[in-house]
Amino acid sequence: MSDSIIETESISHYYGQRRALNEVSLSVARGECYALLGPNGGGKTTLFKILSTSLLPSSGNAKILGFDCEKEHFSIRSRIGVVFQNASLDKRLKVRENLEHQAHLYGLTGSDLNKRVDELLGRLGLTDRADEIVEKLSGGLMRRLELCKGLIHSPELLLFDEPTTGLDPGGRQDFWSYLNELKNEQELTVLVTTHYMEEADRADRIAFLDRGNLVAEGTPDSLKERIGGYVITVSATDPEHLYEQIKERFGHEGKVVDDAVRLEMPDGPEFVPELVESFPGEIEAVTVGRPTLEDVFVHLTGHQFESVVAE
Amino acid sequence: MIMPEQTLAPGFVLPAWSLARREVVRFFRQRNRVIGALGTPIVFWLLFGFGLKDSFRPPSAPEGMNYLEYFFPGTLILILLFTSIFATISIIEDRREGFLQAVLVSPVSPYAVVCGKIFGGTVIGFLQAMLFLLLAPFAGFTPGLVSLVVCALFMFVVGLGLTGLGYLFAWKMESVAGFHAIMNLFLMPMWLLSGALFPSSGAGAGIRWVMAVNPLTYGLAAIRQALSEHRVEGQPSLGISMAVVVVFAIFTFAGTARLAGQRERGDRSE
Repeated sequence: MSDSIIETESISHYYGQRRALNEVSLSVARGECYALLGPNGGGKTTLFKILSTSLLPSSGNAKILGFDCEKEHFSIRSRIGVVFQNASLDKRLKVRENLEHQAHLYGLTGSDLNKRVDELLGRLGLTDRADEIVEKLSGGLMRRLELCKGLIHSPELLLFDEPTTGLDPGGRQDFWSYLNELKNEQELTVLVTTHYMEEADRADRIAFLDRGNLVAEGTPDSLKERIGGYVITVSATDPEHLYEQIKERFGHEGKVVDDAVRLEMPDGPEFVPELVESFPGEIEAVTVGRPTLEDVFVHLTGHQFESVVAE
Repeated sequence: MIMPEQTLAPGFVLPAWSLARREVVRFFRQRNRVIGALGTPIVFWLLFGFGLKDSFRPPSAPEGMNYLEYFFPGTLILILLFTSIFATISIIEDRREGFLQAVLVSPVSPYAVVCGKIFGGTVIGFLQAMLFLLLAPFAGFTPGLVSLVVCALFMFVVGLGLTGLGYLFAWKMESVAGFHAIMNLFLMPMWLLSGALFPSSGAGAGIRWVMAVNPLTYGLAAIRQALSEHRVEGQPSLGISMAVVVVFAIFTFAGTARLAGQRERGDRSE
């Protein structure tokens, strides 16, 4: 019995000539919460569709729970829960009707079905909304109901594409609390795709996907340790010129990213006053902090997270 | 670890029934769809029927048949067609709204998915056509119980074929706008050239040929013959009509199920 729930080997995917995934290999262990993090267009959704068995890759192969995604997709489908980014709820049906319908697709009927529906509605605080038409629910409640749908057949693996898109920070917080409780109770393995750094920070492990490449994989802490120390970001009127001067004077290597000089240093807070005093009038703002996942992304790819989104 | 109790096999009937029931529940929760699908054909029937009541005298129609009577089976087909069009648009909405995506990654066979969708859509059209059938005496029909049962059966099979045809067109479509073009250029002409408005015997050779290869011609002929002993000259026999209607329904079902079972594959490139 392998403890790898997801195993992909050199998956590449093309849309016409455009490469969406390039030789992506990763593995997700049982019980993990694994985040595919990357800007829009990074390849997350394509990989998600392949793992959910709705898309076949151009090359490479993927195994879910030991089953081959191409040939044994029906064996996989009965054991995984999939929640796509687009709402899959029928807004004209009631909350309970949506869950009953989903349960029927997985062969649940009778008292087993009622028990499971009641249990999930209770778990996610939807019991008193059970007989409401879905279109009357708020965005946050709809997303919770999507989670119920994905879990109705007690899957071993839950695939969740952009779980909290469209939710406010409070809604996101609530959603993750619910997901974590369910994950711990049901020994669930969870794979989420996200472009929110703070969301990925909650995962056990993260894979950075950028322009179809898996650029790094690891726990949030291990990824941040790749930088170590501090990240200093200096806004200036002429960042290129400032960077050259810093390099010349202090010998520090860094990068100019999106009109700011970015330096990674072990003694960041001590260096800042010296830096500001050395270039009076040239510096507009300085920030210093421990590395975030965004810093890791910039470190690995050489460009900002958002700049890819805009491309 | 794979737990046997979690290895759920949904089978065929349960998911198909659930999908069909959903179609019906959704339909009756949208009052405008109910009015649109039943009201428009009734208005057509009354306007054309009374408008052409006495001026419609084709040589192929039997003595004493007025246009209200001639157009009645065509209106039944129109109800089935309109409902199938609405049902078909629902598959595009299902795709756009993400509902279909969730169904297609479930362990349900594509045959069960398509069967449920087609069956649900057909039931909606069938129920409305049955309501319209209550007006048969006003059109001059006095069918017996057996004739009514046979007519209902034909209507159901024609409904299956039409809904299946709609899905065949719409399964891969992303927008309703594209489907409107299909509807106006293909589905409506298919109805116009089924013998619903005029018999083939008085039409030009080209039109007669199109009417002969149009499966709806056979659906209409089957329903007309089930309703009345009045025989319109040039229309196909009941046996042939039955066979064509059944084959058409099977063909559209199989075609749609094939489309539903396809998984998109990435392109090959270096």
